Amino acid sequence: MPELRNFTLNFGPQHPAAHGVLRMVLELDGEVVIRADPHIGLLHRATEKLAESKTWVQSVPYMDRLDYMSMMCNEHAYCMAIERLLGIDVPIRAQYIRVMFDEITRILNHLLWVGCHGLDVGAMTMVLYAFREREDLVDAYEAVSGARMHAAYYRPGGVYRDLPDRMAQYRESQWKTAAQIKPFNDRRSGSLLDFLDDFAARFPALLDEYETLLTDNRIWKQRLVNVGVVSPERALQRGFTGPMLRGSGIAWDLRKKQPYEVYDRLDFDIPVGVNGDSYDRYLVRMEEMRQSNRILRQCIDWLRKNPGPVMSDNHKVAAPSREAMKTNMEELIHHFKLCTEGIHVPEGEVYSAVEHPKGEFGIYLVSDGANKPYRLKIRPPGYVHLSAMNEMTSGHMIADVVTIIGSQDVVFGEIDR
Amino acid sequence: MSATLEALSQNLHKHLGDRLRSLNVALDEITIEVDPADYLSVMQTLRRERELGFEELIDLCGVDYSAYGNVPRQGKRFAAVSHLLSIANNWRLRVRCFCDDDAFPSVPSVTSIWNVADWFEREAFDLFGIVFPGHHDLRRILTDYGFIGHPFRKDFPLSGYVEMRYDPEQQRVVYQPVTIEPRETTPRIVREATYGKAENA
Repeated sequence: MPELRNFTLNFGPQHPAAHGVLRMVLELDGEVVIRADPHIGLLHRATEKLAESKTWVQSVPYMDRLDYMSMMCNEHAYCMAIERLLGIDVPIRAQYIRVMFDEITRILNHLLWVGCHGLDVGAMTMVLYAFREREDLVDAYEAVSGARMHAAYYRPGGVYRDLPDRMAQYRESQWKTAAQIKPFNDRRSGSLLDFLDDFAARFPALLDEYETLLTDNRIWKQRLVNVGVVSPERALQRGFTGPMLRGSGIAWDLRKKQPYEVYDRLDFDIPVGVNGDSYDRYLVRMEEMRQSNRILRQCIDWLRKNPGPVMSDNHKVAAPSREAMKTNMEELIHHFKLCTEGIHVPEGEVYSAVEHPKGEFGIYLVSDGANKPYRLKIRPPGYVHLSAMNEMTSGHMIADVVTIIGSQDVVFGEIDR
Repeated sequence: MSATLEALSQNLHKHLGDRLRSLNVALDEITIEVDPADYLSVMQTLRRERELGFEELIDLCGVDYSAYGNVPRQGKRFAAVSHLLSIANNWRLRVRCFCDDDAFPSVPSVTSIWNVADWFEREAFDLFGIVFPGHHDLRRILTDYGFIGHPFRKDFPLSGYVEMRYDPEQQRVVYQPVTIEPRETTPRIVREATYGKAENA
């Protein structure tokens, strides 16, 4: 009688389906996973500790680098926490801009997710389609902030500057003829809002295209249906939020239940799954993109009609304009104090959460009245979801582990912080 | 105080009674403090009582209060702070529990009440050295294998103690004492409460 024993396999940290630097120690019985032990921290940069030695505004760009697939949503939670501690109001136009870019970020994140999830499971072409649309949206990022990923666009008190009136144009080169770049430049001929309006008009048809590829695809369903089932009770026990919780059938969305900014003025629906498996989470995220597109269009309409300031006029918090700074002594002093010492946030503590594309992204801030945070704690949704990995994978085949990582939508920037 | 917060604080007083060390309302949030001895039973009540109904533990983290306000700390140093969310009642709560012993901080584990606490408690142990009796697998989680110390404590330098490099002679990665020094560009300042007021000039 030969001796039978379980096989231990190292999955990652450099596995293409591990979505970054996940090392997972899998204990296998044949091809069936008995136990999964994720080893994380390979990307740990101690963002929270670094923030304690930076002024409040200096930490904003660190937020981009947490979940580097949904940059502005991270900034949003951080800026909102500071604003709540300071007790300042954000101009209504800035709130609409924030909501609009949150939804652009959600589409960006979900597009990357559907592309990579498809790639992991064997639908090679998805990623090519998804990146085609991502290109337009990162162009919108670039137009407002100058950076395609790490924008640092939201600031305590509003957003850095108003939306631009014109978009960057493609130029003819030895690789691209004038005829080839014309359709691209035609879309970029108006303002950023015209460009986004054009995108929002095209996007539902493109989503239908993705759904034709995947939703009823037999291979896709064989790989996803009934894989990684999470019951509503277990989802609550494991602290799930966002699409992971909604996929299990609990209609919980902070944008509806605890609305922040102007979400209570906008019209959108919350998709909810039934079975709590990977396929339901896929359907929830696809529908979320459609709803984000709806919000995007409402924001564009409002922003076209209502010009106004995009930054708080409280110059103890937000820097004055260059012109005011150079002509007015008081503003010069404000500018100097802000640039050397930074803002002072009153003593207190606050937890502010946003509905991030991956779930509830929260910032817990403790301030002792200094010009730097005393303690910053980031509540990353992916960290919580990954902690349920053992429970979700045990009993599944090793190939399903890849599906489950994909359906959790993990990004290691936020998990390892 | 809004009606929801009013209802929540009444329910908290009703169900927790004298296990409640303090209840604070600030910025539309309720913070309660409890003793480590009552911590586990309070958390159980918060989870089970329908009038409180906190089904989800959103976050649990350690805080080191030793340098708070730039003055030497009087009182206990470490606290475990949790954020709870009730989906049924749509309200949130913050629970703070100071650890009795600064040299060996310890708070009972809540993993049996909310399974999600597993990794949060490992993180608080890793970064602050708070021990959670009752946790089945309290290993380091974010720092390197074999890391020494608890990096988020206020007395741990930002640049750390050791750095890693590849040694071509030994043909492997080795640790050595850090060669960088922490550099502070903006000093940390806590202003007195009356700072900048015209009447004090």
